[in-house]
Amino acid sequence: MSEQPMTQQSSETTAAKPPIMSGVGLKQHYPVKQGFMKPPGLVKALDGVNFTVEAGKTLAVVGESGCGKSTLARLLTMIELPTDGELNFEGKNLLTLDRETRKELRQRIQIIFQNPYGSLNPRKKVGSILEEPLVINGKLTKAERKERALNLLQKVGLKPEHYDRYPHMFSGGQRQRIAIARGLMMNPKVVVADEPVSALDVSVQAQVLNLMMDLQQELDLAYVFISHDLSVVEHIADKVMVMYLGKVVEYGATEDIFTHPQHPYTRALLSSTPRIDPEHRIDKIRLTGELPSPLNPPSGCAFHGRCEFANERCKVETPVLKDQSGESSVACFGIDENRLPYINR
Amino acid sequence: MTETDKSLLVVNNLSVAFGTKDNPFKAVDRVSFHVEQGEVLGIVGESGSGKSVSSLALMGLIDFPGRVTADELRFKTTDLQTLNEKARRKITGDEISMIFQDPMTSLNPSYTVGNQIMEAIEVHQGGSKKERQAKAIDLLRQVGIPAPESRINNYPHQLSGGMSQRVMIAMAIACDPKLLIADEPTTALDVTIQAQIIELLLKLQREKQMGLMLITHDLALVAEAADRVVVMYAGQIVETGPASDIFKAPKHPYTQALMNSLPESSEGKDRLNALPGVVPGANDRPQGCLLNPRCPYVTDRCRAEEPEQYGPRGRQVKCFYPLDEAGRPTV
Repeated sequence: MSEQPMTQQSSETTAAKPPIMSGVGLKQHYPVKQGFMKPPGLVKALDGVNFTVEAGKTLAVVGESGCGKSTLARLLTMIELPTDGELNFEGKNLLTLDRETRKELRQRIQIIFQNPYGSLNPRKKVGSILEEPLVINGKLTKAERKERALNLLQKVGLKPEHYDRYPHMFSGGQRQRIAIARGLMMNPKVVVADEPVSALDVSVQAQVLNLMMDLQQELDLAYVFISHDLSVVEHIADKVMVMYLGKVVEYGATEDIFTHPQHPYTRALLSSTPRIDPEHRIDKIRLTGELPSPLNPPSGCAFHGRCEFANERCKVETPVLKDQSGESSVACFGIDENRLPYINR
Repeated sequence: MTETDKSLLVVNNLSVAFGTKDNPFKAVDRVSFHVEQGEVLGIVGESGSGKSVSSLALMGLIDFPGRVTADELRFKTTDLQTLNEKARRKITGDEISMIFQDPMTSLNPSYTVGNQIMEAIEVHQGGSKKERQAKAIDLLRQVGIPAPESRINNYPHQLSGGMSQRVMIAMAIACDPKLLIADEPTTALDVTIQAQIIELLLKLQREKQMGLMLITHDLALVAEAADRVVVMYAGQIVETGPASDIFKAPKHPYTQALMNSLPESSEGKDRLNALPGVVPGANDRPQGCLLNPRCPYVTDRCRAEEPEQYGPRGRQVKCFYPLDEAGRPTV
């Protein structure tokens, strides 16, 4: 049974565990100067995104570069404020709260970045990197801070002696562990992980993913896991949100999405992911062309130019995300009109 | 498949060492492989395994203080080691060419892409400017760039990552190479674009009957694209064989561990089968078999002696206790 946050029916089924964080109609539009005498353009990096995140669960956000994944990460952590929409955390809309409460709450949302070589300050020792969030936000004494840092170092599989070392003395995997420890210093409820393992080697990637899953269980963390690697997503996520050009095209439980991908784009993404086992491979859907410019997105369904099933309607009207018979919600006319050949249920 | 006089490329005991004479660090350690005409050889390994350094050595791009040694380094009938700079330049970029990982930084930002493709043609084939331009447009069309007549005047910053990589490929095939070395050609790209680029590379490889060396860290990519596979670890080849054999029944514990650590192999499980530790660096290479600190099947012999590569030609493994068909060690 999948969970769709935006329908009444699903809010009843998930009533047992209210989402810890949710977004309603999130929009982020950037004005862009196009040149002298030209009117400024508008890039709709996010255009009406709804989602929910539950404690102890992982929501994966997938899509090609330029689809708005990282913008979403910046909004969730309030590095930027959205132009429109609601961002609820523990039932309160973060965007309408006063500064003090907002500051208090946003400490519970932390982020882990993609590249551990760029995200750790090379001039600071691991100890002060870890304690910095506490110095800024907390009221702990020096000794208490150190105790917490050592505690977390041990939790992420590093040793106490690493406390006094500099980032350059660590391998990529170890650095990502430090970045994870730093993200956990403030006792977050939600951790936004922006491509946390894509800079790591295969064998190290598995170590870090295992660590992240262990920590999730132990601390009941909610992850928003942003990734382009679908095989990783399939393993770690409970729910998947597939984005294309600032919009969600498919949203549902991981199993549904991976066993019955419905949107042609989801299917294309899945079939483009290389697989070792020939039995895991599905017929390749050839996507021609690339992601169109967000500055002047195509009319109608943004995907129609690359979609082999597109018809006239797709070029004119914009599909909205709709529930499909109890499984994932999909934004596609092809499904409404039942003309996608691979769906025969 | 084994090497013959007809082999396109034969590499025998290639080593690349950095550091001082007394304390050399072998980034590549006695590596042997061969590439046949019209075949795709996949070279896989994690970072630090020496796959890129091997390919740079083949292209003659290792500068002092790096030292390249080999028993044999033969392209068709030419011994690459004895060539002087000038003769070597005639071959590289012409008969052997290379595609690098990051297309955004491999192209020169100050010249148009047409200019850069035409440069390769000018150096190796000459011809009038008009002919070269026509050829460049044709190449851009071959690699699937829409409206090549206008794209030829674009600067690299006007192209997306996928487009830039297509331009790199156009440049690499400009002189109809016999051997194409692609070093992580799709790592910087999105999956859908990666699928397009790999498809394009394989199509060109088939049409032109090139030998293609596909260097990557992505096992699944190699499993789908390569005919034969070489698995490298810490500068050494640990296993070679046909792609179908290797991925069905890996013989080396490292190959097995790499495959197991992929999320694809852990379906339905909570945890991934991670291989502990990391690839050893310059100063912490262990005694004996280089994998021994990380290997689940290690014995005292592995810690003391280094195994030789053995097995039937074309399916070799560098391990004392190669895994059997069911993936169990033969200790």
